[in-house]
Amino acid sequence: MRRLAGEVFRQASAVGISLFGLLAITFFIGRMLPLDPVIAVIGDDAPQSTYDMVYRELGLDRPLWEQFAIYVGKVLQGDFGVALNTSNRVADDLLRVFPATVELATVSIIIGVGLGIPFGVIAAVHRGKMIDHIVRVVGLIGYSAPNFWLGLMGLVVFYAMLGWVGGPGRVSVFYIDMIEPRTGFLLIDSLLENEPDVFWSAVEHIILPASILGYSSTAYIARMTRSFMLEQLSQEYVITARVKGLSRARVVWRHAFPNIMVQLVTVIALAYAFLLEGAVLTETVFAWPGFGRYLTLGLLAGDMNVVLACTLIVGLTFIVLNLISDILYRLLDPRTR
Amino acid sequence: MTAEVRTDRPAHGGLRAWLLAETVTSPAQARAQKLYLGWRRFASNPLALIGLGIVVTLILLAIFAPLVATHDPFAQSLDRRLLPPSGAHWLGTDELGRDIWSRIAYGARITLMIVLLVALIAAPLGLLIGTVAGYLGGWVDVALMRLVDVFLSFPGLILALAFVAALGSGLENAIIAIALTAWPPIARLARAETLTVRRADYIAAVRLAGASDLRIIVRHIMPICIPSVIIRITLNMAGIILTAAGLGFLGLGAQPPSPEWGAMLSTGRAYMLGSWWLAAMPGIAILVVSLGFNLLGDALRDVLDPRAS
Repeated sequence: MRRLAGEVFRQASAVGISLFGLLAITFFIGRMLPLDPVIAVIGDDAPQSTYDMVYRELGLDRPLWEQFAIYVGKVLQGDFGVALNTSNRVADDLLRVFPATVELATVSIIIGVGLGIPFGVIAAVHRGKMIDHIVRVVGLIGYSAPNFWLGLMGLVVFYAMLGWVGGPGRVSVFYIDMIEPRTGFLLIDSLLENEPDVFWSAVEHIILPASILGYSSTAYIARMTRSFMLEQLSQEYVITARVKGLSRARVVWRHAFPNIMVQLVTVIALAYAFLLEGAVLTETVFAWPGFGRYLTLGLLAGDMNVVLACTLIVGLTFIVLNLISDILYRLLDPRTR
Repeated sequence: MTAEVRTDRPAHGGLRAWLLAETVTSPAQARAQKLYLGWRRFASNPLALIGLGIVVTLILLAIFAPLVATHDPFAQSLDRRLLPPSGAHWLGTDELGRDIWSRIAYGARITLMIVLLVALIAAPLGLLIGTVAGYLGGWVDVALMRLVDVFLSFPGLILALAFVAALGSGLENAIIAIALTAWPPIARLARAETLTVRRADYIAAVRLAGASDLRIIVRHIMPICIPSVIIRITLNMAGIILTAAGLGFLGLGAQPPSPEWGAMLSTGRAYMLGSWWLAAMPGIAILVVSLGFNLLGDALRDVLDPRAS
């Protein structure tokens, strides 16, 4: 019990320090030259008196540590300031756009796990054979291709030329704002409202961006699965099981696979986190009204409030996902108890 | 030394036998044998050779861009705009009638420059922070490694975006931003290497001889870490290229009319439906080069750590 308490304390302090570091880095970036925060608020040709007033209002006349304390206090209250583009509070905007990204990332990770794990296992079992090389090369291309470019080419081929999928956006323009957001996930909301047309339109629109993001997750997950599986297959218990006369499929799926599941949890958590990074460019290409597009629009408008809030949120998501995978690891692996 | 080696070399078999001899007669031969065996393992993997070929091609393309380019990469001719790939324009022309092949050839210079400059900034920075943390230990180590952890908890592209947002867009700032996100894994590696040698006898000997901490770190620890740092940064080059292309695509990196591949792709996007080659060609160039670095990195890892493959 005391060990557990110590463990919790260790984890909590690690998270606390990481959070503090996140805040420090975003604060530092926000104070970096040459972007004058006052000019960003009032514009270039405001009179000096306005400049001085805003300068004081923003707290820029106080010592740096005091500015940092004010910044931390505001962030802890969920106050990221106002976005120039939308004139809304950044926190409200984030709440609105985040579900769209989570929906996209979740469909992508389902694709990534569904394809990545079987392909990784198959590649490991047939190590050095043709299928192994094919999985490796297809995976490496998934690693190497810029996903925004894959998105553009996907739109040209599957939307413009073949007409198989919906175009940019989250849903066809006819259905925009038709569904009252309850969960924020359009696929779920449209079913709750019993609107099958909207649901299918949403499916048509999500399938291409999710496949492209899912491809890079598939590449990563398959690669890690393969290497974990190879490690297991070289163990003696596998040979023993084979000698006892068990079929290869049974040895692989019933004996070896459960042993790599724990490691895979960490990999999947990390893959999910990296989808957030991939989302920034993919959402820009597909005009997906999510967090990534919000970030790039804020970036192009030179809106540091938006950029820093998004950076913080991504860092926070990474920390949380790491923590979750750490906890799951402990729960799933009896050896760590 | 070399004379001694020559006399020991067997009469038959020549260089190959010398490289594979069971008994080694000189340090030079031992080193040559290690390199040769590594090369054989590397060369036995066709994917590795493809990767090496791509990277060498990129370098040659960058050096000889004026020779291989068929047109002036900046010369506009509005009567020849948006031409599809043909004998005169191998990869077609863009919206201002510029030859895409020639622009991609010159763009190779920018890509190579980005990769090299990022490596030249990030590697020494990571090396310094890692070795100092590892050698000094104590609270310096804790503080520096916490910093590394925080940087690692951001995905590279997002942190680079935030830095560029603050610094302002442009190729130089993009390079600085990418370098600022590329040093933490190197610092971690350098620290790990430092921990394995800091208690070594030769370090103790140097310290007894009166060397300062700075001198020990710079002259006696850093050289040990350099080979693995170089390999590590090579492994990361594909990621650097993709991040740079992403920044260029968002209009935050190299600015038009620069033939940077990401920026070319970004302008090509507007003409994508009618003239697919504008966006397709620079994208293929990015894909091939990053694939090349990935294949090379994979193979290097296999050679250095055969167990992991």
